[in-house]
Amino acid sequence: MNRQRPGPPEPVASSPAARAEFGRRLARRNRQESRFRLAGLCAVLAGLAFLAFFFLTLIGNAYTAFAQTHILLDVELSAAAIDPEGTRNRQTLGRADYQGLIRNALRQQFPAVTRRGDLRQLFALVSPGAGFDLRKQVLANPGLIGQKQRFWLAADDDVDMLIKGHMNRSAPESQRRINDRQLAWIEQLEAAGRIERQFNHRFFISGDSRDPEMSGIRSAVAGSFYMLLVTLALSFPLGVATAIYLEEFAPKNRWTDLVEVNINNLAAVPSIVFGLLGLALFINLFGLPRSVPLVGGLVLTLMTLPVVIIAARAALTSVPPSIREAALGVGASKMQAIFHHVMPLALPGMLTGTIIGMARALGESAPLLMIGMVAFIVDVPESPLDPSAALPVQIYLWADSPERAFVERTSAAILVLLAFLLVMNAGAILLRKRYEKHG
Amino acid sequence: MKSMDNGGLVFDGGGLNVTEGAKRAAGALIGNLRAYESSRLSNVIEEAHHTAGDYTAVNAIMRARNVDVFYGDNHAIKSVNLDVGANEVISLIGPSGCGKSTFIRCLNRMNDTIESARVEGEIVLDGENIYSREADVVLLRARVGMVFQKPNPFPKSVYDNVAYGPRIHGLAPDRQALDQIVQSSLERAGLWAEVKDRLHYPGTGLSGGQQQRLCIARAIAVGPEVILMDEPCSALDPIATAHIEDLIDELKKNFAIVIVTHSMQQARRVSQRTAYFHLGRLIEVGATSQVFSEPRRKLTEDYITGRFG
Repeated sequence: MNRQRPGPPEPVASSPAARAEFGRRLARRNRQESRFRLAGLCAVLAGLAFLAFFFLTLIGNAYTAFAQTHILLDVELSAAAIDPEGTRNRQTLGRADYQGLIRNALRQQFPAVTRRGDLRQLFALVSPGAGFDLRKQVLANPGLIGQKQRFWLAADDDVDMLIKGHMNRSAPESQRRINDRQLAWIEQLEAAGRIERQFNHRFFISGDSRDPEMSGIRSAVAGSFYMLLVTLALSFPLGVATAIYLEEFAPKNRWTDLVEVNINNLAAVPSIVFGLLGLALFINLFGLPRSVPLVGGLVLTLMTLPVVIIAARAALTSVPPSIREAALGVGASKMQAIFHHVMPLALPGMLTGTIIGMARALGESAPLLMIGMVAFIVDVPESPLDPSAALPVQIYLWADSPERAFVERTSAAILVLLAFLLVMNAGAILLRKRYEKHG
Repeated sequence: MKSMDNGGLVFDGGGLNVTEGAKRAAGALIGNLRAYESSRLSNVIEEAHHTAGDYTAVNAIMRARNVDVFYGDNHAIKSVNLDVGANEVISLIGPSGCGKSTFIRCLNRMNDTIESARVEGEIVLDGENIYSREADVVLLRARVGMVFQKPNPFPKSVYDNVAYGPRIHGLAPDRQALDQIVQSSLERAGLWAEVKDRLHYPGTGLSGGQQQRLCIARAIAVGPEVILMDEPCSALDPIATAHIEDLIDELKKNFAIVIVTHSMQQARRVSQRTAYFHLGRLIEVGATSQVFSEPRRKLTEDYITGRFG
């Protein structure tokens, strides 16, 4: 009965010794806290420093890609060469040898060059794709035929590199891709004001090309865009519906537990496995074409779905139950309570999850390799069923190319990818803000 | 149908045989009533099985008979019989965990949302068992409205809060009719004067007491017959509480009100009948004045005099 119970603890300030002891403990506690804070601050600063370094090198590498060296030539658009019969038939116009016209213009510019080998080196100053640009202009304006016109034509990538300073003019001849004779011609052209760096619009409006100066990211951007469109259109409604069913309607038993465990596991499956699944299922079994954004989007949907489902479920559980009760209390059905009241509150969280999944999908290249999106695609796709490239795969392809001029284009394409991501995230944040305000 | 006041008969029935179940119940009671003298124990066992007082009402809207509720293995409500009369306020009192909230949530089947909950017995509204297979829970909740412990307006405008119920039930053919319903509901909830200029501001921006009256307006907008209130004032200050109590007095002209409360003063002030729950059993029910002035049961007396709970 009279068991000795420990009395209440002594007051902290009972004696000078106790006070001193307490002070020591307090100091230690404060030191621990400030150490932790310092560590956090250092981590943040280090992170920022790395980020700044990354962006500086990236932009430093990339910015030259947005300009392209052009050479001004007086091209004789002789009617005899382009349209010998004078019919102005578009097919005839399209078949003419425009590269030949450019060669003639170069020959006129440098009449002293006559030997075959020299001439080949001279012609190499202008991009092999310049003829296509010329053809495009003539087709757009057939009235030019028969006239002598001044055209800014794209220079070859080696010339471009030299002008941009990526190639050392004073290096020994054997160590540069432009020989001394070509260098002399270029300097002549420069002196005549016939060489200029102009905005590189081709980078944004054309597809991939073997010639760096002719290559662009339009095909890759369009491919990625269509792919994300397919992914978003499938993974958001499917994921949210799955989450709602599992969270609100499905009975809690062993089967739903199994489904849940598997969804969580799927979120951690390496992405290339989804690529293999897509190859086996969509291409081999369903017979969908290869290299098309539709299949890419389907594969990325498989990959994104678990992320969306997990985020949407978390968002649903975080809605206070009082809202559900309020809706049910006035006689809303379960479905009405969820769609009228729970969903609007959970939507910001669902959108966040979806955008994380989409961002991951945008940057994914491994599964796309499996379904043939690594192919060399020059044309810009016009629908999700046209073969196309994808941004991350395009970056990978360019990074793998030997030409020096692809280095800056790789960096520029990475910048475009990041910008794409930024725009997507900004859109999602705006959407979320809207719902948070009105929800 | 109507049973007699059987307060005096209890001891005959209860004393007949003490079953195993009763012994267990007694064990539970001992745990809960630390202060209870052991000499009174046998009486407690006997009393615990029967409701003292008349659990019927003259013109009952809802009748609960032999209601048992289980949460998994936990037997939360044990064979409760209780009527809710038209135009009366009946308050349910009792210590925490006694099952009064569980019981009130049976009346509009809010317990359906809890996976493990199981309800036995019958609860009759207008001659129909609300737990029968044919009963529609959506219609039931439109007829038996509910106000919760914490004010829970939708994060929408004041107008949309009140209009939501009429909208989903199609009670208003056009916009004007809906406006009319919203206005009259807010008026009856005593909130109209305060919010008529900010109908389109969020309901969550109102004060706590206003929010609770908004919830009451939302409940009456669908035209219920019974309003269940689960400790509607526990999150409010005394002035807001007084407001709600006045409102309850006003509302009983049109509705039957079942209110769960922890405040015995409140039960005394607002209700005509009082039911005392203890450990899942309905111990005593009767006119409020009678229950508070001359309780039939020692348990009731101890609770209302503040000896425990």
